[in-house]
Amino acid sequence: MSARRTKHIAFLVGGLLVSLLLAGVVSNFTSSSPDGLDSATLDGCSVNSEDEIASGDCAATKAEDHELAGGPLAGYAVKGIDNEFVATGLSGVIGVLVVFAIGGGLFWLVRRRGAGAADSPGA
Amino acid sequence: MHADVVAMHISNGIIGVPVSALAAVLAAAVLAICLVKARADLDDRLAPMAGLVAAFIFAVQMLNFPVLPGVSGHLLGGALAVMLVGPWVGSLCVALVLTVQALLFADGGLTALGLNILNMGIVGTFVAYGLVVVLLKVVPRTNAGIVTTAWIVSVISVVVASQAFVLEYALGGTTSISLTTISGTMAGFHFLIGAGEAVITAITLGTVAKVRPDLVYALRGRQQSLVIATPITDRAA
Repeated sequence: MSARRTKHIAFLVGGLLVSLLLAGVVSNFTSSSPDGLDSATLDGCSVNSEDEIASGDCAATKAEDHELAGGPLAGYAVKGIDNEFVATGLSGVIGVLVVFAIGGGLFWLVRRRGAGAADSPGA
Repeated sequence: MHADVVAMHISNGIIGVPVSALAAVLAAAVLAICLVKARADLDDRLAPMAGLVAAFIFAVQMLNFPVLPGVSGHLLGGALAVMLVGPWVGSLCVALVLTVQALLFADGGLTALGLNILNMGIVGTFVAYGLVVVLLKVVPRTNAGIVTTAWIVSVISVVVASQAFVLEYALGGTTSISLTTISGTMAGFHFLIGAGEAVITAITLGTVAKVRPDLVYALRGRQQSLVIATPITDRAA
């Protein structure tokens, strides 16, 4: 039971570390081209260096700015950090931890409870 | 090469407010059902695991991979979520990721959040679930079978999710681009993105299936002894 519990915690910690590594480091070495949705909705328009539609007719012609575009983590970069590598990586680390905390908390609240649940019979 | 991702999901203003609002109501209703149904799939052991699945999907969504010159793609996560934690918990995982991205990272408009959740968190996830159910009747429930299933499910669920956007555009698009054009472009790009999603899903599932097969939802039927607390499910239901 306790060995199984240790193994389970080790898996969780390992999974979190992989996620932190991907969001915190690997995220800096990815493609900066627009994704499939962006490319499809921008098809027909030309975009300037500030990512604004300069001319043309496309599905995103009437796209609007995000309501929270000025937020401290907007665009996956921590505001106020000049080093882009650190700004992106840190925003990723914060994101992973926030999602894990909210997700883990939410799922813990709605989980099945009962005599057997804690013992995980058969597991 | 810096990942200056401006936006990965639907921005505000592309789909009009009425259709966006309708999508939000629909998404909220389905997520409420998911929340009720998720209970049966979560216990003390699986609840933190489900949180990890959401965190992992967030991390991998940051990794845009090139699919064509000037076009990138990223994981949507529906196929992976369904195969690891089932459709109800899986939908909630993807919806949570999209909500955090919209609120904290200004990715995917707040007005468009319902649309994004509907496409990726609900359509993508439940199409994946339907395919998993059908395929696992044919494909053996071995680790190799799971990986094969992951490939097929990823490609199809991503393309279908992309067409959900086309449907929303048809109903409430603020511009009048030809639907066949946008449908074709979306399908083409997302077929390639689905292939990338398939690689990530297959590697992840293959790894978890090897290390902890008891944590893979899609493998539960194989090892009856590992089904989590069957008698309790009966009592809860």
